[in-house]
Amino acid sequence: MALLDIEGLSVRFKTSSGLFAAVEGVDINVDRGEVWSIVGESGSGKSVSMLATMGLLPWTAQVTADKMTFDGQDLQQLSSRQRRRIVGGEMSMIFQEPMSSLNPCFTVGTQIDEMIKQHLGGSRKERHERALDLLAQVGIPDPARRIKAYPHQLSGGMSQRVMIAMAISCNPRLLIADEPTTALDVTIQAQILELLLRLQEDTGMALILITHDMGVVAETAKHVVVQYAGRQVEKQDVKSLFANPRHPYTEALLSALPERAGNQARLPTIPGVVPGQHDRPSGCLFNPRCQYATEHCREVEPVPAADDPARTLCHYPLEDGISPSPAAAGAARDNPQSSPHREVRP
Amino acid sequence: MSRDAVLSAVNLTRHYQIKGSPFSKPATVKALNEATFELYPGQTLAVVGESGCGKSTLARVLTMIEPPTSGKLTISGHEVSLKEGQRPPAALRREVQIIFQNPYGSLNPRKTVATMLEEPLKLNRKEMSAAERREAALEMIAKVGLRPEHADRYPHMFSGGQRQRIAIARALMLNPKILVLDEPVSALDLSIQAQVLNLLADLQEEFGLAYVFISHDLSVVRRIADDVIVMYFGQPVETGPAEEVFTTPRHPYTQALFSATPVADPNRRRERVHLKGEPPSPLAPPPGCPFAPRCHLATEECTQLDPPLDPVNDRVEVACIHVDQAAAKYAVAG
Repeated sequence: MALLDIEGLSVRFKTSSGLFAAVEGVDINVDRGEVWSIVGESGSGKSVSMLATMGLLPWTAQVTADKMTFDGQDLQQLSSRQRRRIVGGEMSMIFQEPMSSLNPCFTVGTQIDEMIKQHLGGSRKERHERALDLLAQVGIPDPARRIKAYPHQLSGGMSQRVMIAMAISCNPRLLIADEPTTALDVTIQAQILELLLRLQEDTGMALILITHDMGVVAETAKHVVVQYAGRQVEKQDVKSLFANPRHPYTEALLSALPERAGNQARLPTIPGVVPGQHDRPSGCLFNPRCQYATEHCREVEPVPAADDPARTLCHYPLEDGISPSPAAAGAARDNPQSSPHREVRP
Repeated sequence: MSRDAVLSAVNLTRHYQIKGSPFSKPATVKALNEATFELYPGQTLAVVGESGCGKSTLARVLTMIEPPTSGKLTISGHEVSLKEGQRPPAALRREVQIIFQNPYGSLNPRKTVATMLEEPLKLNRKEMSAAERREAALEMIAKVGLRPEHADRYPHMFSGGQRQRIAIARALMLNPKILVLDEPVSALDLSIQAQVLNLLADLQEEFGLAYVFISHDLSVVRRIADDVIVMYFGQPVETGPAEEVFTTPRHPYTQALFSATPVADPNRRRERVHLKGEPPSPLAPPPGCPFAPRCHLATEECTQLDPPLDPVNDRVEVACIHVDQAAAKYAVAG
């Protein structure tokens, strides 16, 4: 049985202009000790789907799912009291902005202690020792001194280490990291990612990494979920995702990476922008930007084929980089190289 | 090079004085130390480094927002000599324009696109009539890939990528020779980033612009730069042609920076050059080479002497006394 099992997760927000579906049809099942990544651009609903899992969304959000269980417990049926016992303890989360996620009024020691007190208990002395232990574990030099530091006295990398120490303080079985390194420099990012992977290996917890950086995905995750405009467009293991993307969006996104563009004079681009709340197209949400889109794509919303392990949300999933779409023949003629995208000026 | 440099900087330095308070002593922050480089028309010079390395200070000095503490800055053959608080001559200000990282913060929310584009003309080209200004603005709007109906809209009606196009259009209104781009694509999504990079390449070709491209994203820099300056703690540590610096990084910091950058290829697992710790505090700079506390090659000598940029060959300069050792080690590991 999977540790985290989510099927058909949808999140709708009540807005002045009616319900807005921020996330729709997300399936993810994470086993013990697995490293997953959710990748997508801003507005793809990657954070919202995980916040919904944690139960951290405001009351304006309507969360529905066909199935949403953590270690066999139905997350939708939990009372707030039961949920509080799981969230932060067995299932914990790290956020993007380490500086603003810590409370500026308390020392880091107090904030770590609060977590341990809530979930594990123990005497003051035991808790203090555990906190020192944790700080050493996440690679903070001189923990005895740093435990008395206030967040403003720490750099971004150090604050993120403190956040990680808090998140792992109660030996979680699932750690969700929401863009944990986006606000940090690359050399610090490398340190933090290495730390997360080391902790994951040592403790055997499952790790879900939310990111927009394909480089981070390639170097850390084993399995990847790609989201676009709130929909899960495909789900594959990392090697086959990079070698054989199934959804045209993934293919286009990968070829827009400067490092994969090779010596082409122009970077392949995806024309247009991610649709917002008010300009969602009919049919497939990616159709206005998709080079393979047909009339069928513009009218009928795709559903993943039952026999497709990647659960590609596309009428014409790519097979080995070739689209079976009738529109693909024309596209290939215009652009004989394997890289797909014609430049279309908006 | 035979062509004339459109901008040249010699030992450009910018220090900030921090006033003392009852609790702290006054101090000097050396935000930028002895940067020397030349920029040619149609070329892109990339400045690479982590936060706090003086990239943005360099941008502020080049755009004459701030005068250098010492050193010589020459723009289009005119030497800029500014005192604190003095405004640079209008003729020079027109030559250098800047584009900021955050297209949400750098556009005035209460002005339409056309008003913003016409404003520089109003101030600098007084002979133009309102109709001419409008025409020039519309022409520029088309050049950066927006539509004419966008002219009378406000910034909040645009997406991030479109806003960055507006910022680019505004910077180009006075036909500058140099564009300073301070992290122009790092706030944008991947699919939009490629669009803006292509636009910048087109405009560079069309107008023969020289770019100073400040970025921490090495895959972007590798793609567009002709020359690279790698900075650490306010000092250039390695300079040279992009291709050469990227294929054979010689300074231990450059090597660490490159190996820390994630590569979008799951089949590639590289040996990392590990970097311990974090950049030093600018208020308490370490003695000798500022990179020594984090460097795996550091020796006693490194803590005593701050190495100057030394030419390795006729193209590349590196500020490290162990450069041969570093290069050899990287070649083996790579």
